[in-house]
Order: sequence, then structure tokens, then C-alpha cells
Amino acid sequence: MVWFRRKEKGVLTTEKKQIPDGLWQQCEQCREILYRKELEKNLYVCSKCGNHFKIRSWQYIAIILDENSFEEQDSNLQSVDPLKFKGVKKYSDQIKSAVKKTGLNEAVVTGSGKIERLPVVVAIMDFAFIGGSMGSVVGEKIARAIETAIEKKNPLIIVSASGGARMMEGAYSLMQMAKTSALLAKFSDRCGLYISILTNPTTGGVTASFSMLGDVIIAEPGALIGFAGPRVIKQTIGEDLPEGFQRSEFQLKHGFVDSIIPRTELKTKLAQIIRLLWSEGDNGSRE
Amino acid sequence: MNQFVFDFEKPIVELEKKIEEMREYAFVENVEISEEIARLEAKAQKLRQEIYAKLSRGQLYQLAKHPQRPYTLDIVERIIDDFIELHGDRRFADDPAIVAGIGMLGEKKVAIIGHQKGRSTKEKLFRNFAMPNPEGYRKALRIMKLAEKFDLPVLSFLDTPGAYPGIGAEERGQAEAVARNLFEMSHLRVPILIVVIGEGASGGALGIGVGDRIIMLENTWYSVISPEGCAAILWRDSSKFNEAADAMKVTARDLLEMGIADEIIKEPVGGAHRNYDETAQILKENITRHLNELRQFSKDELLDKRIEKYRKMGHWGEG
Repeated sequence: MVWFRRKEKGVLTTEKKQIPDGLWQQCEQCREILYRKELEKNLYVCSKCGNHFKIRSWQYIAIILDENSFEEQDSNLQSVDPLKFKGVKKYSDQIKSAVKKTGLNEAVVTGSGKIERLPVVVAIMDFAFIGGSMGSVVGEKIARAIETAIEKKNPLIIVSASGGARMMEGAYSLMQMAKTSALLAKFSDRCGLYISILTNPTTGGVTASFSMLGDVIIAEPGALIGFAGPRVIKQTIGEDLPEGFQRSEFQLKHGFVDSIIPRTELKTKLAQIIRLLWSEGDNGSRE
Repeated sequence: MNQFVFDFEKPIVELEKKIEEMREYAFVENVEISEEIARLEAKAQKLRQEIYAKLSRGQLYQLAKHPQRPYTLDIVERIIDDFIELHGDRRFADDPAIVAGIGMLGEKKVAIIGHQKGRSTKEKLFRNFAMPNPEGYRKALRIMKLAEKFDLPVLSFLDTPGAYPGIGAEERGQAEAVARNLFEMSHLRVPILIVVIGEGASGGALGIGVGDRIIMLENTWYSVISPEGCAAILWRDSSKFNEAADAMKVTARDLLEMGIADEIIKEPVGGAHRNYDETAQILKENITRHLNELRQFSKDELLDKRIEKYRKMGHWGEG
């Protein structure tokens, strides 16, 4: 027995709305079609559901730093293919196509700038470059950024967006976790202020190293933040994962982030935190 | 205990069986064939050397996971006197996947931490297959802080297939627990010696793996993901771990060449699982030597060198 029968023939289901390129963009969470100019003005946050779009490193720089204050460092560092890694594709080809696609040399942009005229050193990850994965260059650039912060006695801000360590560099990429954490320990021993910002997604070896080591840890709303990926956990335990698992709100509830701050308020709040904890010429020893 | 045998070990095991049978025959029948037995034994020794000298990366990876390999407590039992195990992270629970304690290595006091696998099914479950939860890392850190306070060097044994990917582990901050250890170990003011005795899987291993020196037993692996995990991602087929092991270069020899491992410790011929006592003895000599060398440095020198060691790791180009 048929419960329901379509009476008319030739009816097409057109769930997928076609969006013209350029002018409009669809929210991947609520499917709302958004006017791109409005979206830009709202810092790539959906005006309907509050979804924070994944954005590029240069967009993030524009959001948190004072206009024209950013000076990039180490943009010349490039990934080599130390293991001559070949999976389905050659790693060297993957690097080439990522460089072409993103216009960047690697998955993190580092340098100095100002937030409401306060000097800061920043490292901003870019998920578009091989999933924001951390290989030797990401580790090295972050290490150098920390050294710049030590030298200039400036606060350090790292914006994370990463699937984790970069498999194609084997143990070298694993060791970048130790390298970045070791330099943060050195920075911390000199009373440096480090603010970590977690965006969607922050997982794997990046979460399990510098991302979780901030003096203050801020998350964007709704970001996936965790150690193991949800798929791996699901496979291991053979159960569905609870609603909201590993999202920013979950991390706040369990005590692993200090505050969830929407992108639209981020710059003001960052300046506030820096003013409360840091003062010019600081970063000496407290002894 | 039934002996577990990999395919590549079979010729050796068959020959050993034959020698055993001949011995029995000679004893029962009271015939003199010791010359023949000696000849076969020499042959077996040569065969072992040949086979083990040319194992592929995939085979070495399998050996590192050999179910009869000596685990942390097998080694501790043989090289540490007056060992006292210390339990719990003082925050949530005791994690049996990591063991920790204090004891004597010869004349010297040491603190010991290490991943712990289980041998029987029941014990495997109890140890959670040496996959730690956050409590394990926090227990290890507690013991390291204790070691720092009382000026004991830390000896860390690595042997894990990875940190546990579970709901509770995430709720209690697996990432934070690992990250915190990396941070604290990189400026702990006592010598830390890392000894890879089996599997070094990713952040789960590194979480107790930052130190002044990294030494690896011959048949061990250490990388950012297991060859099986890597194969599952690349080819959606974990049985292609041989190819993945080659692609990522995961063996002790590879890590030495990459400048990550400082030294390879030779195992008894045929692998550590064939002779626990000899393996433990070799480890004891080498660990003692390294700790004696590390004791020569002042605390500041030690920390500068440690940070410098990790500062240099990696390969990049400056275009």
C-alpha cells in the first residue's frame, strides 16, 4: 500500500538553491542567502543565525588589527618536502597547488601590528592552506613570532584554525608541537602575555600544543575544538556523539576556554584584556 | 604462553623447533649429536641476523607492536630497585595506561613515568591498551613536579598506540593535558631522558616525550600518526601500512637520520621480545650513561640546550 502518491508528474525537487557567484553567499548553517556586502560588514557572521564563517588570514588581520598597522615577518619561509612524501598525491605538488590557490606560502601568517594602538605580535592560521595543518614551516613561523614577542616585550596573539599536525612531514610535524610549546614556556618564564583565539575548527596537534596554552583562551561561538576528530571518536566508541560535543560552548562548560566572544566584539575585548594584564615595557622577570 | 609469530619470523621459529626436537631426541635416545645441534644453532643465529637486518619499515612497525615485547613495568622490574609506584592525578582519577613512580637506578635515585600496555585480555582492558586519558598525563606531570622538587632525573618510557579518543577524554581536556605537559617538560629543572621502547604514536606519545635526549630501541617507531592510521586516511585501507610506514619514515633509524632521535639502542638478536633480561640489561647500561652525562650540566645549561634541541627541529626553505 502506498501512503502518499504524487499526483502531478514531472515535479522537480529543487532543495538546492542556486546562488549566483559574487553578489550573494549562502550560510552553510541556516541556508540563508546573504548579501555579500552586508556579510562583509558584519565580519562574516550570519545575521540570521550567528554562524561564524571560516575566513582567510588577511580577513582576520583586518578584523583585529588597526588599519595599516600590520607588518608581516618571515613571509618568505616555504615548505620543502623533507621526506619526499608520496601518498595518493605527491606532497610537493600539494604544496604547489596550495600556494597557488591561497596566494600564501604557508598555513600561518605572522607579524606585528596594533590593536587600538597597543603593540602586538600575531600569528594567524589559514585553514584554506592544506587544512591549516602544522608542518615545519608553521612551527618555525610561530616559533619566530614568539621570539619577536620576547624581543619586543609585546603581547602575543595566536589565532588557530587547523585540522592538526601535517601528516606529510611525519615526525617533523609532530615535533613542532614540542617546539612551539617550548618557546611559549620561555615566553611565559619572561612574563609574556599570550592570548589564544580558537576558531572553527581547532583540532589535533594544534589544540594539543600552543592553542591550549594561552594565559587567556578565547573561542569564537560554535567552533569545533578538540583533540581527536569527532569521526575518530565515533568510530572508537561506536556511539553517536552528544549534541554540541566539542563545540566552543562545550569547552566553556568544561572549563577549557575563558570566554566565548563573537567576532564582532573581539577587537574591543582583546584591547581590554591587554590593557588589564599588560603594560608597556613589561615582560621582565617578576623576581 | 603461546608464542606469537609474525610471518617473517617463521623460518627462525621452525629452525628453533627443530633444534629443540633434536635435543629431546638426543636426551631420550641417548645419542651423541651435539655437533649437529651446534651446527644448526649457528645456522639459526645467522638466519636471525639476516632476517632482522633487512626488515622492511612495515615489519619493524609490526615488531614494535609485538604482543610479547617487554612493556614498561617489565623493564622497571629488571632495572629499578626499591620501585614505589605512585598513583593518581589528585584531580580526577588514576589512569592505569600510564604508570609512574620513584626508585633506584643502580646508586642513583630516579623518577619514572611510562605508558603501560596489558598482556592478557583482562589486563589490556584495564590498561586501556596503553591509550591514556587526561588523568594519565596529569599524573605523569605530578610525578615530574615531584622529581623537580626533590632533584631527581626523570626517565620516561614511550609505548602507546595514541591518546584515547573518547568522550570523557575530551570532556576532561585531552588536548590541554598533552599541551600542558609539552610546556612543563620543556622547562622542568631536572634532566629528562626519553626512551622509546615500543610504539611512539603522535601526541599521545609526545605528551610524556619532551626531554634532553631521545633514545629508541632498535625495533620501535615514532611518528605523527600510526602507519595504519595514515594508510586509512590516504588510501581508505589500513592494511596498506607498509606503504604508509615508508612514506612517513617511522623507524628508529629514520628518526636518527632526521635528527630527532639521539641514539638507537641495539636489541638482542631476534628482538627485545626474545630476551627481556638482556634487553633490560642493555637499557640499564645506556640509560645510566646518558643520565650521568646529563648530570654534568648546570640547570640553566640543561634548559638552554633542551629548548635549543627542539628549536632546531624541522626543515624549511627560505625563498
